[in-house]
Amino acid sequence: MTENEPLLSVHNMEKHFPVTKGLFKRQVGAVKAVDGISFEVYKGETLGLVGESGCGKSTTGRLVTRLLEPTAGKVFFEGQDISHMSQGHLRPLRRDMQMIFQDPYSSLNPRHTVGAIVGAPFRIQGVQTEHGVKKAVQDILERVGLNPEHYNRYPHEFSGGQRQRIGIARTLALKPKLIIADEPVSALDVSIQAQVVNLLEDLQKELDLTYVVIAHDLSVVRHISDRVAVMYLGKIVEIADRKQLYSSPMHPYTNALLSAVPVPDPRAGRGRERIRLTGDVPSPLNPPPACRFHTRCWKAQDICKKVEPPLEELAGGHRVACHFPENAPEPAKAAPAVPAQE
Amino acid sequence: MSFLDVKDLKIHFPTDDGLVKSVDGLSFGVERGKTLGIVGESGSGKSVTSLGVLGLHKGGPAKISGEIWLDGEELIGASAEHVRGLRGKKMAMIFQDPLSSMHPYYTVGHQIIEAYRIHNDVTKQVARKHAVDMLGRVGIPEPGRRVDSYPHEFSGGMRQRAMIAMALSCDPELLIADEPTTALDVTVQAQILDLMRDLQREFDSALIVITHDLGVVAELSDDILVMYAGKCVEYGSADDIFYRPEHPYTWGLLGSMPRLDREPTERLMPIKGSPPSLINVPPGCAFSPRCPYAERTGGRAETEAPLLAETEGGHLVRCHMDRTERRDLWENEIKPVLETQ
Ligand SMILES: Nc1ncnc2c1ncn2[C@@H]1O[C@H](COP(=O)(O)OP(=O)(O)OP(=O)(O)O)[C@@H](O)[C@H]1O
Ligand SMILES: Nc1ncnc2c1ncn2[C@@H]1O[C@H](COP(=O)(O)OP(=O)(O)O)[C@@H](O)[C@H]1O
Ligand code: SF4
Ligand code: SF4
Ligand SMILES: [Mg+2]
Ligand SMILES: [Mg+2]
Repeated sequence: MTENEPLLSVHNMEKHFPVTKGLFKRQVGAVKAVDGISFEVYKGETLGLVGESGCGKSTTGRLVTRLLEPTAGKVFFEGQDISHMSQGHLRPLRRDMQMIFQDPYSSLNPRHTVGAIVGAPFRIQGVQTEHGVKKAVQDILERVGLNPEHYNRYPHEFSGGQRQRIGIARTLALKPKLIIADEPVSALDVSIQAQVVNLLEDLQKELDLTYVVIAHDLSVVRHISDRVAVMYLGKIVEIADRKQLYSSPMHPYTNALLSAVPVPDPRAGRGRERIRLTGDVPSPLNPPPACRFHTRCWKAQDICKKVEPPLEELAGGHRVACHFPENAPEPAKAAPAVPAQE
Repeated sequence: MSFLDVKDLKIHFPTDDGLVKSVDGLSFGVERGKTLGIVGESGSGKSVTSLGVLGLHKGGPAKISGEIWLDGEELIGASAEHVRGLRGKKMAMIFQDPLSSMHPYYTVGHQIIEAYRIHNDVTKQVARKHAVDMLGRVGIPEPGRRVDSYPHEFSGGMRQRAMIAMALSCDPELLIADEPTTALDVTVQAQILDLMRDLQREFDSALIVITHDLGVVAELSDDILVMYAGKCVEYGSADDIFYRPEHPYTWGLLGSMPRLDREPTERLMPIKGSPPSLINVPPGCAFSPRCPYAERTGGRAETEAPLLAETEGGHLVRCHMDRTERRDLWENEIKPVLETQ
């Protein structure tokens, strides 16, 4: 399924938002929302991006689609450096990269009909269609499971799940290559979530789409992804094939996340051994030095507070940023020495 | 009679568009030391139910009928003032969004102290010491200092803990937690679920946990009520609901969710359509427009409302199919698919 050339490739990407104070907007600090991450997305695959609130998932999505400009690092789309490309130069690329948002309510203009919303990309990009825009839009509506006759209806006349379908239809209009879906199902009811997940999977197969799916729900991400990246405080701490990540997670944080998910099985739940983290995720304004997870990690040693663990490949395609990984293959990573000097 | 016994509770709201039947004939009970889980999708009437039990619809537009017995005392017929006096001490609530139930202009400590002093004739100093104790108990670091913080100075997880401290400060006998962890990250959710379990054991209170998350109910509940369109469609022990469910909606919920404790499936099994509006609940069985088995009960599903009937030992199901047919479907069609997932 994966070809060798990545569709999207990100190198040491950073986004620091300045924090200003007072009348003269003096900069007093920076929110390190994304702080040096690297990953690739191959054609036809789904990369899942998980992590807790505020860890930088949405910012990552907005950076790779260039809705935001990175503070440092590089973003390549089909081998082309788009990191600092001007809006004018980006315009033709916008057709190829689309974003689906979490909130099917606020991301649709309430004053526009479904036809206008789904047809907007054609008009904005000035795309000609064989049988006219209306026909093209109706085809797309049908494709996402909406009634083409609802062309003239307004968003408020639809349920949450249907609105999310409208959002998906809009992104499909220009036959994109890459879709970044930011929490595409988290605002939906359980029974509707499954409909939308299935729809995304069907569309991927039929239209040969590549996805980055951002979600905090680890079960949804496992279901939908081929590979998964785990973020913590602006960093990727682990990235692997989904099977490896879920069956032999190496980063302590990934282990803790997985063990925290409540299982819908009362007997198994009662007997389950759990890793319990204490405290909350620290603020990205002042992240802990070296390994950012050390303030909550039960395996933390002196070195974790002093030396930042690099994201290293410890098994085929399985990269982890930890001095003392779990489930590491033999020969185990040698414990690093604490530097003599601070 | 249970410690809390709710019988045929109806809460209807007259609106311009018609009568919203948010809660339509709900009966349930909880003993002290036990936990009842109420699960349902958004708009199924969960929050309206919990506010109803606490008497918070009194004086509002809602039309309420039925009976709510708390420790032998009936609350629907009681005065608003009397029920207000029971809140805090006899029963308390934890909300989904702690910000909405905490006052932004007062310190967290001040709010716990005030709540405590309503029901306990103690000095401010004694109440303050109690507030610090409670904050420590729910895992707030440095409670002696944090007692003077304002709610916005706390993280989401800390606010939820502070609200639990507030709710438990008067040692309530009934605690209702409405989506207590929905707004929280999963690692913090796990801490709060542990905390609720421990505190309930210690205080021996009756706990009602309301959520849309089947994982959360499985972790906490002794008994579970599955709610659909303002009604209970299935009620039973946690084992009944998870290991031998008999209602097609419960099956649908179980088939819709991807599970970390199973091998990943190729495809999820969603429920078709979407939940009904509570103004126009379908006649007959409210689930019939979405039910894959509606045909099996002929025209009945569309015209005749099924009754909630006991299938075995306290396990109740609201469905026209007969028991053998449902069990057969579960054993031979649903369960095998869920398990190969
Ligand atoms: N425009 C901005 N200005 C300042 N800070 C920002 C801005 N956008 C995001 N942030 C901060 O950057 C961090 C990462 O935000 P981001 O939205 O990427 O998180 P997320 O992982 O998507 O979280 P969630 O799961 O809550 O959606 C947060 O601390 C956030 O408050
Ligand atoms: N004050 C009100 N007036 C009219 N309808 C209401 C009122 N409060 C709740 N409802 C309706 O009652 C139904 C159940 O709501 P709720 O109990 O909040 O659902 P949930 O199960 O998500 O907690 C919804 O259809 C809601 O719109
Ligand atoms: S580097 Fe140290 S603190 Fe960080 S995750 Fe690994 S063991 Fe824990
Ligand atoms: S009564 Fe009929 S329509 Fe309703 S849940 Fe049972 S089988 Fe389905
Ligand atoms: Mg986000
Ligand atoms: Mg609610």
